[in-house]
Amino acid sequence: MINKRWVEIAVGGFVVISLAAMVMLAMKVSNLSAFSAEGAYEVEAHFQNVGGLKVRAPVTMAGVHIGRVAAIELDSQRFDAVVKLAIDEKFNRIPLDTSAAVFTAGLLGEQYVALEPGGEEKTLKNGDRIRIAQSAMVMEQILGQFIFNAAAGDKDKKN
Amino acid sequence: MNGNADDSLVKVRGLSFRRNERVILENVDLDIPRGKITAIMGPSGTGKTTLLRLIGGQLPPLQGSIEIDGLNVPALKLPALYELRKRMGMLFQTGALFSDLTVFENVAFPLRVHTRLPENLIRDLVLMKLQAVGLRGARRLMPAELSGGMARRVALARAIALDPMMIMYDEPFTGQDPITVGIIMKLIQQLNTTLGLTSIIVSHDVLEVSAIADYIYVIADGRVMEHGTPTALGRSQSAWMQQFLQGLPDGPAPFHYPASDYATELLEADDA
Amino acid sequence: MIWLDSLQEFGQITLKAIARMGRGNLFFLSVLRALPSLRGGTDLLAQQIYSVGVLSLQIIMVSGLSVGMVLGLQGYNMLVDFGAEQSLGQATALSLVRELGPVLTALLFAGRAGSALTAEIGLMKVTEQLSAMEMMAVDPIKRVIVPRFVAALISLPMLAAIFSAIGVLGGFFVGAGLLGVDSGAFWSQMQSKVSFGEDVLNGFIKSVVFGVVAAWIAVFEGYDAVPTTEGVSRATTRTVVETAFAVLGLDFILTAVMF
Repeated sequence: MINKRWVEIAVGGFVVISLAAMVMLAMKVSNLSAFSAEGAYEVEAHFQNVGGLKVRAPVTMAGVHIGRVAAIELDSQRFDAVVKLAIDEKFNRIPLDTSAAVFTAGLLGEQYVALEPGGEEKTLKNGDRIRIAQSAMVMEQILGQFIFNAAAGDKDKKN
Repeated sequence: MNGNADDSLVKVRGLSFRRNERVILENVDLDIPRGKITAIMGPSGTGKTTLLRLIGGQLPPLQGSIEIDGLNVPALKLPALYELRKRMGMLFQTGALFSDLTVFENVAFPLRVHTRLPENLIRDLVLMKLQAVGLRGARRLMPAELSGGMARRVALARAIALDPMMIMYDEPFTGQDPITVGIIMKLIQQLNTTLGLTSIIVSHDVLEVSAIADYIYVIADGRVMEHGTPTALGRSQSAWMQQFLQGLPDGPAPFHYPASDYATELLEADDA
Repeated sequence: MIWLDSLQEFGQITLKAIARMGRGNLFFLSVLRALPSLRGGTDLLAQQIYSVGVLSLQIIMVSGLSVGMVLGLQGYNMLVDFGAEQSLGQATALSLVRELGPVLTALLFAGRAGSALTAEIGLMKVTEQLSAMEMMAVDPIKRVIVPRFVAALISLPMLAAIFSAIGVLGGFFVGAGLLGVDSGAFWSQMQSKVSFGEDVLNGFIKSVVFGVVAAWIAVFEGYDAVPTTEGVSRATTRTVVETAFAVLGLDFILTAVMF
């Protein structure tokens, strides 16, 4: 029979190692430390088109990560996309006339919501709506416009 | 020794047991007298060990009653059965020592589980039990380091740890050298007289059992063939009894397993 | 009628399997009923966590590290073609936390600890230790099975967490240390894409489910083993095979439900 003391020490060590592993998975590997839903307030923005925006996509201001996309729904009356943004409590002094836009990180990267601050005194509160929202660039539309413009340009030259 | 009903600790009546439709025991009646050594003998595979398990409540019988000290074992609820088992010891064929515990801890096991005695008292009790089987010096060994005979003696010490009223021995002599057999015989007798135990020995070793048993039941083909004191059985007129006691290869118990006629079978075509 | 014979054989096999499953379920219930007996003392449990969990640490840590390193290497080779090697951390962590951690840990656990549990219990049955315990008025389910079952059930999620964490470190070591992925990007990409609530927690739930299944199979096979040397060796093999099938099958179902 193995010494009882050694067994207990080893089991204690085992528990400590696995707790350390779980803490690492929670804090270092995943985003539990970076952003939790409790310390956040929610605002919404209406976009004509959200493109490939996904729930949990980052919300940034001046390139700094300040929140996450909490939900994306369709407004069944106006047929536009209602995007709920969960923004960290720390950033509670964002002006009311801030605008939102859906951007793409890099050429093929994922899409995120960027906020551009306005100049008003009043700040965004839980449940407020961001009024100015710029839709996502959809690649097909851009290409379509580009081709159309190019063709139009050719016609102009001929005339 | 005429099996006075009030003298018996264990009363078995009309006991039948089957395993997969095969009859193991059929309508068996037994009386185990208090304070005596009773042997249950018979050829291998006749349900002797099964009988012990039935008495210990590990198997449910098909029919019949097994009364121990006034309690009907098959009808007992589990807690009551466990209460009864604390008063019974059993020595298994292999000893059945816990292989992850030392000799000392094996003997201490029943005490630790069933009593709340202080550690120094447990130590004294265990040493006393080990002394009784002559293995006090081996208390730090692991079961794997013991010879077969020593393992059985340790198991015996464990079986008497709680001072039971009866003890059942399952083939205690099988596969042991003559000296060990002698030791075990002596121990069984000694414990029986000094502790006032009731002993049941299941065995097919005629000489050893005849030497120590007060009363013998002979079981074969699932029935009690004969019973009586060793001397009475030795004088038995039954041819089968004489064959069993003297170990003759052929007789009423045939050498051949039941089969169709030898010559006919050899001459039969292959595609039977 | 040969085909009738084989049909009969097929029927027999099916009935036997159903009977075994029934016994397994009844056994599981009796183990659950005996769970409160654990209050009696933690000594037995500690001993079992030691032999089931601590002694499995070595293989789990080594495998976790090597799987993480291989993931780092292969992931890098694939991602670099798209210029997305920054996502290496995310790729490594997601595959470990969601799938490889729980599944590989459960498979390794079945081989290292599950088979040992089955063999141990089976041998106790062969040597009549379980029977002797019963005759000493001690319930072997409470004394032998429950501590082992609970120890296995607790140890597996812990081992899975260790496997994943060490795997991530292995991936980091290869990616950032050897292949030159920016270490800041490695961690930040990982953090922004791995969700605690969905990925880490779901992976944990998986490992808990696998823990129950692996523990159940291991102790049942030992307890149900035919009490002969051959029976025990068959039971040990069955533990590993059945755990592997159960874990892989359940993994598919759980993944479909969760992600």
